[in-house]
Amino acid sequence: MQTFDLSKDGLRALNSSLHALKGQTNMTAWEVINPKGAHAIAAGVDAPVEITVRGSTGYYCAGMNKQASIFIKGSAGPGVAENMMSGKVVIDGDASQYAGATGRGGLLVIKGNASSRCGISMKGIEIVVHGNIGHMSCFMAQSGSVVVLGDAGEALGDSLYEARLFVRGKVKSLGADCIEKEMRPEHYALLEDLLRRGEADHKAKPEQFRRYGSARKLYNFNIDNAAAY
Amino acid sequence: MSDFPHTPPKMSWTFSNDVNAEIRRAAATGIYDIRGGGSKRRLPHFDDLLFLGASISRYPLEGYREKCATDVWLGTRFAKNPIHLDIPITIAGMSFGALSGPAKEALGRGASAAGTSTTTGDGGMTEEERGHSKSLVYQYLPSRYGMNPDDLRRADAIEVVVGQGAKPGGGGMLLGQKISDRVANMRNLPKGIDQRSACRHPDWTGPDDLEIKILEIREITNWEKPIYIKIGGARPYYDTALAVKAGADVVVLDGMQGGTAATQDVFIENVGMPILACIPLAVKALQDLGMHRKVQLIVSGGIRTGADVAKAMALGADAVAIGTAALIALGDNDPALEAEYNKLGTTAGAYDDWHEGRDPAGITTQNPELAARFDPVLGGRRLKNYLKVMTLEAQTIARACGKNHLHNLEPEDLCALTIEGAAMAGVPLAGTNWIPGRNGGF
Repeated sequence: MQTFDLSKDGLRALNSSLHALKGQTNMTAWEVINPKGAHAIAAGVDAPVEITVRGSTGYYCAGMNKQASIFIKGSAGPGVAENMMSGKVVIDGDASQYAGATGRGGLLVIKGNASSRCGISMKGIEIVVHGNIGHMSCFMAQSGSVVVLGDAGEALGDSLYEARLFVRGKVKSLGADCIEKEMRPEHYALLEDLLRRGEADHKAKPEQFRRYGSARKLYNFNIDNAAAY
Repeated sequence: MSDFPHTPPKMSWTFSNDVNAEIRRAAATGIYDIRGGGSKRRLPHFDDLLFLGASISRYPLEGYREKCATDVWLGTRFAKNPIHLDIPITIAGMSFGALSGPAKEALGRGASAAGTSTTTGDGGMTEEERGHSKSLVYQYLPSRYGMNPDDLRRADAIEVVVGQGAKPGGGGMLLGQKISDRVANMRNLPKGIDQRSACRHPDWTGPDDLEIKILEIREITNWEKPIYIKIGGARPYYDTALAVKAGADVVVLDGMQGGTAATQDVFIENVGMPILACIPLAVKALQDLGMHRKVQLIVSGGIRTGADVAKAMALGADAVAIGTAALIALGDNDPALEAEYNKLGTTAGAYDDWHEGRDPAGITTQNPELAARFDPVLGGRRLKNYLKVMTLEAQTIARACGKNHLHNLEPEDLCALTIEGAAMAGVPLAGTNWIPGRNGGF
């Protein structure tokens, strides 16, 4: 285990060390202590390593992550795992706004609640939230899946493209062009897999969820839909 | 009919033929007019300025003999690897999607041959462009289409796009006709849908967030790449100051003449300011912060000639960027294609339906047959020639003003032909020492 004291050695040294890890490194386990809400912790990592951050993080922790498994033993600030490409990010606490924004791959697990705009503009990432998600979540979400064990705030999935949204609790309101859709066998199978990988299979069952997706009415401009714009 | 003279038919200035035609078009179609390009208004512009040249109190440099340097360093504030360009005329961001792959290749070829940079756009980085561009600026846009850390690290600089001159406050638009399989794949979108790029970034709002976003990008790229911030010509004094505060190495300022691939005509013509009005305010912001020449300023929007380049630089810019002019150099709107433009209901010089993807020049299209008409090698050569001519023109003027580097041009070398030009540029009206608005604030 490589232990890195962020308060002592600083962000630049941490990220330089993590970026230097290539391919089959033997230094596969890292621990970051004293994060104290610092920004951009472990941003841009591209190696199959495990990084445990012991405490809460500021903005953009695990930004653009590739391959790495990053565990946050606290809460995460805005934009955690933004534009993640692959790998996994698991947050024990809550996540602030824009969690998983524009993510293109990988798995983001939030064991607490996620604030507004969770999964905004997502492009393939999978997000599992054990608690609730805030307003305008999954705005313009393009692809990927979001699983919410709790409730969703206002305007869920506004201007949604092809992302799949599963919510177990209440949805305060749906955004423009977002509708409830039928749960088919492949969706139950997908949910079962996501709940398992999202460490939530002991908390919820696939049949407890509703599925939301795009009505696809805004895909090509039509003046008769102007009221929705 | 009476023999008395009567009032001849009188057209309304307010309800002109053009205005009435647009009302009828809107009534018939139920949709606003969408087009490419920048403002077509007659705006105060560099044409309103003149250089004074040398005289008894200033002595000139000999053309073709005495050196007038043109190079520029971009990104010297924080980046480990600032960019050094031979000429201060860069190629502005234009997306693959809006432009064909061969057109992007030609931009890279031409820019590299002329010793300058080109820029990606709202569609990610293509191999055509990366492979043929010695210096490539990678745009970081609200849509984040195709965004990934590998391309960030392959770029020579990163441009965080906050706004653009054609539509400050607006997002991008690429209509379904141009969403081919390849474009759809790069953008993670279904083929054939109308694609809207968001007007705001998804994971930051305001200058304090932007500072942290830039920190993240610098961390991901190991502080090697210059970070540009591109703003539309809206509030250039404050936006420039905030960009500097947020940590920009370079500010890119785009006036309302700057082109877009597709946006509402009403937006293009009614939002934003002409570049002439923007430059002095941005320069003043940099000067007030003690950052002029430390944070470089690139300006764009209607740059056409070496004279425009020289005037922009005399007002304090470090470099310029061209977009529309580069497309024209490649062959866009060429009168040789007049018959085909006529078939599209337009004429060479006025064609702006770039979003429809039917460009007979094969530049603003994703139609493989049309794109195949365009020769990227020839296009690149034409762009190189044009950039070289612009540079020679700017040098000619700078020597006439006695300057051994384009950066040594200054507002004192200029006068204005119009009161508007004098007020906006902050230089005297020709034949007077009057600068409207001076001593009265701005």
